[in-house]
Amino acid sequence: MKNHVWRPLFVVIAMVIGILLFRAVYVPSDFGAQERGYTFGYHRLSNEQEWKEYPAKYKATEYCNECHDDKVEEVASAHHAMIPCENCHGAAFGHPDNPEKLAIDRSRELCIRCHAKLTMPTSDRNDIPGIDPAQHNQGDECSECHNPHNPSLEDM
Amino acid sequence: MMKRRDFLKNTAVIVAGASVSLSAVEWLDPKEILAANPQLRWGFLVNTHKCVGCGFCVKACKIENDIPLEANVTRTWVERYVIKKDGDVVMDSPKGALNGFTTKLVDQNHSGMTLVPEKEIAQAFFVPKLCNHCETPACVQVCPVGATYQAADGVVLVDRTWCIGCGYCIMGCPYGVRFFHPVEHVADKCTFCYHRISNGGNSACAQACPFGARQIGNLRDPDDPVAQALMNERVGVLRDEYGTKPQVFYIGLNKEVR
Amino acid sequence: MVEQIAQMVVHGEAWTIKDLFVLPNEYVYWSIQIVMYPYMTGLVAGAFVLSSLYHVFGVQKLKEIARYALVLSFALLPVAMMPLLLHLSQPFRGIHVLMTPHFTSAISAFGIVFMTYACIVAAEIWFVYRKFIVESIHRLGQKPNRSGLEVILLPIYKVLSLGAMDISHDALESDHKAVKFLAGLGIPVACFLHGYAGFIFGSVKANALWMTPLMPVIFICSAVVSGIALCIISYYIFMEMRKWAAKRGKNWLLPDALAQGGTAIPVEQLRSIQEHEVKMTSKYLLIFMTLAITLEVLDMIFRGYTAVKSWDALRMVIYEHDFMKIFVYQYALGNALPFLILLLPGLTTRRAAVASILVLFGVFMMRWNVVIGGQAFSLTFAGFMEYHLPIIPHDIETFKEGLGGALSVIVAPFIIFYFLNMIFPAFMSDDEAH
Repeated sequence: MKNHVWRPLFVVIAMVIGILLFRAVYVPSDFGAQERGYTFGYHRLSNEQEWKEYPAKYKATEYCNECHDDKVEEVASAHHAMIPCENCHGAAFGHPDNPEKLAIDRSRELCIRCHAKLTMPTSDRNDIPGIDPAQHNQGDECSECHNPHNPSLEDM
Repeated sequence: MMKRRDFLKNTAVIVAGASVSLSAVEWLDPKEILAANPQLRWGFLVNTHKCVGCGFCVKACKIENDIPLEANVTRTWVERYVIKKDGDVVMDSPKGALNGFTTKLVDQNHSGMTLVPEKEIAQAFFVPKLCNHCETPACVQVCPVGATYQAADGVVLVDRTWCIGCGYCIMGCPYGVRFFHPVEHVADKCTFCYHRISNGGNSACAQACPFGARQIGNLRDPDDPVAQALMNERVGVLRDEYGTKPQVFYIGLNKEVR
Repeated sequence: MVEQIAQMVVHGEAWTIKDLFVLPNEYVYWSIQIVMYPYMTGLVAGAFVLSSLYHVFGVQKLKEIARYALVLSFALLPVAMMPLLLHLSQPFRGIHVLMTPHFTSAISAFGIVFMTYACIVAAEIWFVYRKFIVESIHRLGQKPNRSGLEVILLPIYKVLSLGAMDISHDALESDHKAVKFLAGLGIPVACFLHGYAGFIFGSVKANALWMTPLMPVIFICSAVVSGIALCIISYYIFMEMRKWAAKRGKNWLLPDALAQGGTAIPVEQLRSIQEHEVKMTSKYLLIFMTLAITLEVLDMIFRGYTAVKSWDALRMVIYEHDFMKIFVYQYALGNALPFLILLLPGLTTRRAAVASILVLFGVFMMRWNVVIGGQAFSLTFAGFMEYHLPIIPHDIETFKEGLGGALSVIVAPFIIFYFLNMIFPAFMSDDEAH
């Protein structure tokens, strides 16, 4: 065998070395198999912290209670006690700094999520008082007659 | 004086015997043992009796996690099952229940809308679904570049800076929870609201649910309500035949649930 | 405040129609480019195996087409990467497959296997053409008036020679041995290059149609079939072009210096070469076709017999929604008909060419029926999805993953071959080298 037959192999080896050198620079140093092993845990470790620092939008009713305790109490003593404030008022984000005021969703579409009467035996949906949206005061906002914070039918 | 033949025979016997016994010894890595039983392992409990199909969870999830409301992909969704007395099942999930279920008409996509007469309905219920954060996730196994992974506490995440968008993880998930994020153009899915639960909060969907149909918790904590439900109640999981060991547990599953 | 929100079309939505109960995130994500990818790698592998039949097993009758198949295989190689780059949502991150390969994933094999295979084919071409390269350097170096093309070719040849200018008998013998070694080594690598593509699908337990251990083997067999068929039909066409040119006294697709001293090759000689090669290759096509169809039918029978949970949905897809595509296009037109044509006595070159076109169509339909068919039913087994290939693109996505993208992938190898042929003449007889 003459020596020239090895030349293509040298070219390939040079290429591989080039790729490995590039890899050493390109791939982040914390990339590797972490606690869960190679099959399920092969990743860039710092990504976990990045996800933990993702900005949250919702705050929860306890936060609203800090300033709006009267409203929270009003809701808590009526049928809609279990509904979080932000479901109808939108996510708090940076409220009261930004946004200063939270919008109120007064649309029918919001209310009929629960109160459109459906036939759902074996589901708790069946226990919710409901109406047929096509028949019941079509086009009107529900809050024109029903107080969302205290939706008692007697106190309308 | 041992003959060469005997020496070789004895050596062969010793090597064979040693390899059998050595193969029984598992080379244990302390880090892996710890990872196998950490103090924190996130799990989820869904109660399909309590779910009323309002869809507040879906909307809250989209707003919390910046999934555009106008895009037809979602990290979580609710399915409606209507089981007729003759055994037929009609199912739908209009926009993943982003706007709830507000009509008796069942959305059959291209086949139009179906109305099931009331007297034909045997039972009907809602099933919320989300990423199961499986113990042996098939989606992580098939990622070619290590962009999606399982953290030590069990949550499966996607590294947005590294994903090449091949879609293998989306095809590999038996539960259909993954999708391409329409803005980021990488794979995306429910993260158990990792940014909230890791900082003492609740996942957006569980918080938004007025009826307590969704609960997130630590499966390793014996006082955790989710861990307790697993011990004390009849819980099921979705599609366990794929061997992925899902960690979202359901109360009130029915054989018709897909 | 549920205002009319404008729709944002997500990836896959533009070409998917859902029916009955389909999960919200389900779309046909792996569309035409994922059909093209195994098709192109199959052509690469098949063309290479054909070339190796001559170089390794010394099938003398394939001498003329062997060199052509090798150069075509090399022209197809960069094109094999095209469908992937067109499909990836983040194509510029494609190198991550080489940077941090996660070997538990079949797709990660792409980086290593592809590069290994490229190196083998490139090295084999180098050894096959080394004598020609050295002779060209001498010839062009001494030529006083070089044409525009030759001015570019000379430095290219000088670099390509890697400084190995010895063309003595011993040196050429070494070349010959190296070619044999590489061609032999390349066969399992070519099988791996395509077998892993089959494994990509066969190992997805979430997909009821794809999940089968037979998938890698089916893919390899149909890859070889398509590669051989492509060589037959493209060789036929190129020879037709050369015959047409020869009748007009021109010499096409072969450098003048090689045309045996004259500027035109007699039409008769071209015709007999064409006839001989095409007929010989057709015999090998038949063998691999038999294998491929046996496995596919076996898979189908097993599914129907075992009738597992997914069978009701699969049956709807196979026997109703995709009936035309599977039984008429793939099995009848793409398999049975060419099989018959090749078996009929008195096989002519024209008939073999027609059979090859049908086979290529059949293999394409097989890829389509696997990739798209696997997404034609929902994970719920209670819903279906229809895929509509975007014909007229209205954004970059519907071009890349539409007819435009597919046509680009089909046309590209022949453009590359045209230029590659100027450096490595594919139609020169192998006598020249050995």
